[in-house]
Amino acid sequence: MTFALQSNEPKTSERHARLAQTWADAPGIWGFLTTVDHKRIAARYILTTVVLLFAAGMLALHMRLQLSFPELKVLGPQGYNEAFSLHGSTMLFLVSVPVMEAMGIWLVPLMLGQRALAFPRLAAFSFWLYVGGVMTLWVSHALDITPDLGWFEYPPLSGSAYSPGHRADIWAQMITFTEVAALAASVNMVATILKMRPPGMTLARMPLFLWAMLVASLMTIFAMPAVMLVTSMLISDRLVSTVFFAPTQGGDILLFQHLFWFFGHPEVYMIFIPAVGFITAIVETFSRRTIVGHTAMVLSVVAIGVLAFGLWVHHMFAVGLPKLGNSFFTAASLAIALPAGIQVFCWIATIWSGRPQFYTPFLWVIGFIITFVMGGLSGVMTASAPLDLQLTDTYFVVAHFHYVLVGGAIFPLLGAFCYWYPKATGRMMSERWGWASFLLIVGGFNLGFFPMHILGLMGMPRRVYTYDPSLGWSTLNMVATLGSAIAVLGGLIFVANAFLSLWRGAPAGPDPWGGSTLEWAASSPPPQHNFDYTPVVNSIAPLWSEDPLRMLDGVGVSRREVLVSSLAEAHPEYRQKSAQPSIWPLLAAIAVSIMFIGSIFTPWAVVWGSLPIAGALTAWFWPQRPRSKTGPLRVRV
Amino acid sequence: MATQKEVSVVGSLADLPDHANGARHLVWWGNLGFMLIEGTGFALAIAAYLYVLSHSSAWPPAGDALPDLGWSGVFTLGLLLSEIPNLWLLRQARAKKEQAVRIGILLMTVIGVGLTVIRLLEFGHLNVRWSADGYGSMVWLLMVLHTTHVFTELGETAVQALWLFTHEVGDNQFSDVEDTANYWTFVVLFWLPIYGLVYWMPRLS
Repeated sequence: MTFALQSNEPKTSERHARLAQTWADAPGIWGFLTTVDHKRIAARYILTTVVLLFAAGMLALHMRLQLSFPELKVLGPQGYNEAFSLHGSTMLFLVSVPVMEAMGIWLVPLMLGQRALAFPRLAAFSFWLYVGGVMTLWVSHALDITPDLGWFEYPPLSGSAYSPGHRADIWAQMITFTEVAALAASVNMVATILKMRPPGMTLARMPLFLWAMLVASLMTIFAMPAVMLVTSMLISDRLVSTVFFAPTQGGDILLFQHLFWFFGHPEVYMIFIPAVGFITAIVETFSRRTIVGHTAMVLSVVAIGVLAFGLWVHHMFAVGLPKLGNSFFTAASLAIALPAGIQVFCWIATIWSGRPQFYTPFLWVIGFIITFVMGGLSGVMTASAPLDLQLTDTYFVVAHFHYVLVGGAIFPLLGAFCYWYPKATGRMMSERWGWASFLLIVGGFNLGFFPMHILGLMGMPRRVYTYDPSLGWSTLNMVATLGSAIAVLGGLIFVANAFLSLWRGAPAGPDPWGGSTLEWAASSPPPQHNFDYTPVVNSIAPLWSEDPLRMLDGVGVSRREVLVSSLAEAHPEYRQKSAQPSIWPLLAAIAVSIMFIGSIFTPWAVVWGSLPIAGALTAWFWPQRPRSKTGPLRVRV
Repeated sequence: MATQKEVSVVGSLADLPDHANGARHLVWWGNLGFMLIEGTGFALAIAAYLYVLSHSSAWPPAGDALPDLGWSGVFTLGLLLSEIPNLWLLRQARAKKEQAVRIGILLMTVIGVGLTVIRLLEFGHLNVRWSADGYGSMVWLLMVLHTTHVFTELGETAVQALWLFTHEVGDNQFSDVEDTANYWTFVVLFWLPIYGLVYWMPRLS
């Protein structure tokens, strides 16, 4: 690939200043509301999830206090139902999926050497709508309309006969909010990764994190419509008397479970696969070598993405489906252990053959591998239909999914947070407090959740608000509560470390860890336009293979532009104008929120609520060009 | 390695065009993404319909009348025929012919209004209420889902027509028209399995 040198480009410092001016947000509150900067949007997404993580953690601690001794009255049965419903719904719908997308929103353009996402306003819309979902659940909680049927609300319990009032509607509509937000983010991610790679970054040279975000986003696109459909059907049954889930009137009760888990199982992998990307990036940097078996890793991520859609019935082994179906889903559930196993071996081989450096991000990798392997093994156990019949709805399952979700996604996320924190803030987090929070969280987590395996085997059902002292569950429950409290303490230290390091942390410089991917070529924190020039890539680890790093100029300086390239080979195709800041994504999200909330109460909200949405979208997409001088509607002066 | 990586500017992208058509254009991929989302929604709704059908002893259940073929036939024929001006419009947009695109988008708006009216008449001839039984709920689910897409596409086409008649048309707007035309084809294609399920499956079961 050859490019002509241009002599009329402005000089470097002048160019930087002009780019900064072109990409600047308006000052103050207006800039806050109208920004389309992927880094600002991602930062507020991540901060919101941190606040919610804290709230969900407090709920967990509240439940653990209730269970620490038999027959306590810290929480009553209704309060306990609300606590685990709010905890589960918050963690699954408002923390885990959004935070992974937020990491993608922040990191993908940086890792591509780009100045923006493909659709900057769509990212802003995604965040504002997500806020609508957060408020739907938590403002309702403040108003004592808290969902109380768990994080999956099966009919007939969630039908109007058994759940009058609006608790179930709040849950169902909160999902619609967050799923539309997630789908908007996913389309953005796919288009950015496929069409905005820098010259030379062929699909074969794409860092694993980008592969992971691509696969997770495609999974979102194919899985989330299922849960939107099923929760809309539930609201419709409750509001306009359709009978989708009423077996006595020709509906089908299990249809809900099929559609819910068609989404619900892939969701676990939508959370886990970005974590694979985090872990790989951290392992490469701190082992000082590229990943062993890059192709095998990519194929295993894709294989998990495909297999994840063939497992949903393993959440339904106890409902009495045909045995042949159960056997198929057992086999598929066991099969997914193979690509997951390949990944673990590739990471271990990379660490083994590299020169590992035990900084905080790398500690999280170790915590992840140990915890996730344990969660994976208990997953292989529960994948077997006959054993699952014994274990389902016991604390064994609670232990299993916390091991895979916390061990498999939250630990990598905390590692990723420590790893990219210097890039985002320009400061280093304290290593000493990093070690302390790591030991407390991982130690506390294992102390808290390992006993739950045994409690489950002893027969303790999940979702009970108390238990009889004669059952012999008291000691292990007390241990579990202690462990949880230790983990929460570790979490508080982690957050305090992050906040205090903003002021007290050592200056990071652009590449404190000696990373290999393009984000480390930007300054820390990156300017609003990320890069002054467009990088050229010749390997999977450009910062290790190229010195100096080759760059191209020519992408707009005085107007917002991004480079669009070809799908497979990343040949530069054209320069795309990038959207200006706008208030319309926020106003569109408010209009959509009004319609969603209104439709809990009346079906007509869908009709009148559509008008402001149409108005906001029209204003959002209204192109700014001169008036026509020809035709019947031409400008007349 | 805390210092800034050294860089060397080796060339320029300034000669690249500032616009592209079809699958080279970024927005084409966004449009495809939303088609995938909604196509998945359609596919799952169809799967749900077949699931409830497979668990029912009679389809439609005894006492439910079959849906009428009159207005639905007119709608289906009209929808299929609308592809002729739609594909013509797509060609004009690709050729960047401003006047032809304006005429085409106006024509598609008028056709959209006509089809919407026919669709509303069609609802009166489904011969089952959504609350009657599982069959009724499923029929209405498929119909409402598809009608939502006809409505939104009509809205988008009408707004685009208004813009195109009042403004000077640039390269990006020709691409927008391409995307709208592609989306209409998507709405047409997904009607075919739904038409088969809603109107013919009960007659064959």
